[in-house]
Amino acid sequence: MTLWAKLRPYGMVAPAILVFSLFFIYPIFYMIYLSMFDWNFVSPTKAFVGLQNFQDLLSEEDFRKVLTNTSIYTILTVTLTTGLALLLALWLNKRNIFHGFVQGAIFSPHIISLVSISLLWSWLMDPEYGLLNWVIGLVGFGKLQWLSHPSTALVSLVMVAVWKGVGYNALVFIAGLQSIPADIYEAASLDRSKPWTTFTKLILPMLSPTIFFLVIINMIGSFQVFETIAIMTQGGPINSTNTLVYYIYENGFRFFKIGYASAAGVILLIIVGILTIVYFKLLSNRVHYR
Amino acid sequence: MAKIELRNISKKFKDDTVIPNLNLTIKDGSFTVLVGPSGCGKSTTLRMVAGLEQQSDGDIWIDDKCVNDTPPGLRDVAMVFQNYALYPTMTVRGNIEFGLKNRGVAKTDRNTLVTDISEIVGLAPYLDKKPQQLSGGQRQRVALARAMVKQPKVFILDEPLSNLDAKLRGQMRTELIQLHKRLGTTFVYVTHDQVEAMSMGDQIVVMNKGVIQQADSPMKLYHDPENLFTAEFIGTPAMNTMSMKDVRGLDVQANGYIASLGFRPEQALLNAGPEVRGHVIEGEIVTRESLGAEQIYQIRTGGGVFFVKTFLAPLATADRVKVTIPYEHLYYFGPGGERLRAGIEAGAKQLVQAGGI
Ligand SMILES: Nc1ncnc2c1ncn2[C@@H]1O[C@H](COP(=O)(O)OP(=O)(O)OP(=O)(O)O)[C@@H](O)[C@H]1O
Ligand SMILES: [Mg+2]
Repeated sequence: MTLWAKLRPYGMVAPAILVFSLFFIYPIFYMIYLSMFDWNFVSPTKAFVGLQNFQDLLSEEDFRKVLTNTSIYTILTVTLTTGLALLLALWLNKRNIFHGFVQGAIFSPHIISLVSISLLWSWLMDPEYGLLNWVIGLVGFGKLQWLSHPSTALVSLVMVAVWKGVGYNALVFIAGLQSIPADIYEAASLDRSKPWTTFTKLILPMLSPTIFFLVIINMIGSFQVFETIAIMTQGGPINSTNTLVYYIYENGFRFFKIGYASAAGVILLIIVGILTIVYFKLLSNRVHYR
Repeated sequence: MAKIELRNISKKFKDDTVIPNLNLTIKDGSFTVLVGPSGCGKSTTLRMVAGLEQQSDGDIWIDDKCVNDTPPGLRDVAMVFQNYALYPTMTVRGNIEFGLKNRGVAKTDRNTLVTDISEIVGLAPYLDKKPQQLSGGQRQRVALARAMVKQPKVFILDEPLSNLDAKLRGQMRTELIQLHKRLGTTFVYVTHDQVEAMSMGDQIVVMNKGVIQQADSPMKLYHDPENLFTAEFIGTPAMNTMSMKDVRGLDVQANGYIASLGFRPEQALLNAGPEVRGHVIEGEIVTRESLGAEQIYQIRTGGGVFFVKTFLAPLATADRVKVTIPYEHLYYFGPGGERLRAGIEAGAKQLVQAGGI
């Protein structure tokens, strides 16, 4: 009886722990293990090389390019998504049918699969027959190369990511805005606060936990961008859109340099890990005001 | 200091008329309390004065200025909200001086003002804390300080004490009365608690369903209610009323038709001698509440259940009692609830001797 009572909680959580260990914990450790070997996925023997993979990675020109691409992509995507979403949320915060419709419309990309989105945008961005070039042609501008030119490809991918993410972000912001009680605005108006002052001195600080949450979530997501790149650009042209996860995929499953890919995976793990720790640290100390 | 006038004010929310036609003058320097049941339009009235809500029709005057189109910040009105509405991301100091900053008051002047005010309301040690680190009473003080520091013409307070416990509420009530004395500013105060209204206001406005029932001094309201609603709203326990149909043994001569009769629990006498001239009702004591100095009895009679309140009298132990209400303490109301005063003569019904010689 008492033994059963003691064991029962462990029994209850065991399935979850098992699944979690099998599919999350074990692969992480296996990846760290693999990152110290030279292995081509099929050969029965793995050659231990220590930290050689990391040394190679960090000295390789391509890998630095990949890190730069990923960083630029992340910074642009995060600032644009969060910023646009905040503006949209401020506008959509008044509730009427029209605003409800717009909100639904901008949210819908969030629930469409990334593969469909990628195909759709490849088509829209086609330099010859794409809708986008047709539209900017109407306004009188020359054609853009979009995904086909190194100077515009990465930014084009950012556009797609922003388009997909902005609705969800706006929704979270709207929830944040609606948690601000109406009498705060009223008190501010009695205090002769101008709209801009109300926004910068009251609303933004009260939204800071939301902003922070979204920035971190978006950063983690952007660092792991893969599907759009795999479908739309395959990292090209001339590596201009090669990012960390796509690089890992290419090395692992196209060039079968498993150890090398694992080493890049460990680096990604470290970056995302740091972001997560920063998030929880700051969340518990500074930004939260309640 | 300012006089406030509401002229023919009405307020509709969509098709809902919340306030049909309201006329009210709030005297300069008065402590005016709006009181009434929940949903009767007190907050709405107040918010129209502050400019947070636009009236559907009518004019609002503050002093000699029609403020219909004046935005809230320029009406020289400060408001204390029920939930305080403090700025959660600012310190106490930030909260208090926000309005001053927006007016462009210089930093040195701001500091003096904030220091002075925080001394008055006892917040000096907490200036650098955030509102959520304060107790309810302290937050209430911050809200007050934030309103006071702007030196407004009018103070508007919407149920500012309803979130406080009974003891603190009593204490803050006294402090508010003193504050009003010291500042001499016009206070408009909303509450649905008639005890609070009676103890604080020098003018009380009783509202029901958007209509002013009576606007008078507390004593006048208590002793001379103009209608059944006011009579039943003011006083604890409420005035006892009964339909005239159920009244036995009372002979009333009146000009109008009397629909109901009322008396205050504290003006009825238990088991009084025959020397008291009054209406007598026999009844049975259902419950006894003793609060020390006063006792409240619930008495069941043929005309309904009544409350009787006695002071410093020994607890009545008998089950059956005789309740006597002196004739001069009877209130009469017409069919529409209006008070009937003129030409009423009451006396005991003369028993006609039947079959006598
Ligand atoms: N923004 C609004 N939209 C629609 N109806 C409203 C709105 N604000 C108030 N009302 C209605 O107006 C009436 C009066 O509301 P008000 O807030 O003035 O009542 P109150 O007297 O302050 O009550 P309480 O004592 O509960 O605070 C209520 O019936 C309420 O439903
Ligand atoms: Mg109210």
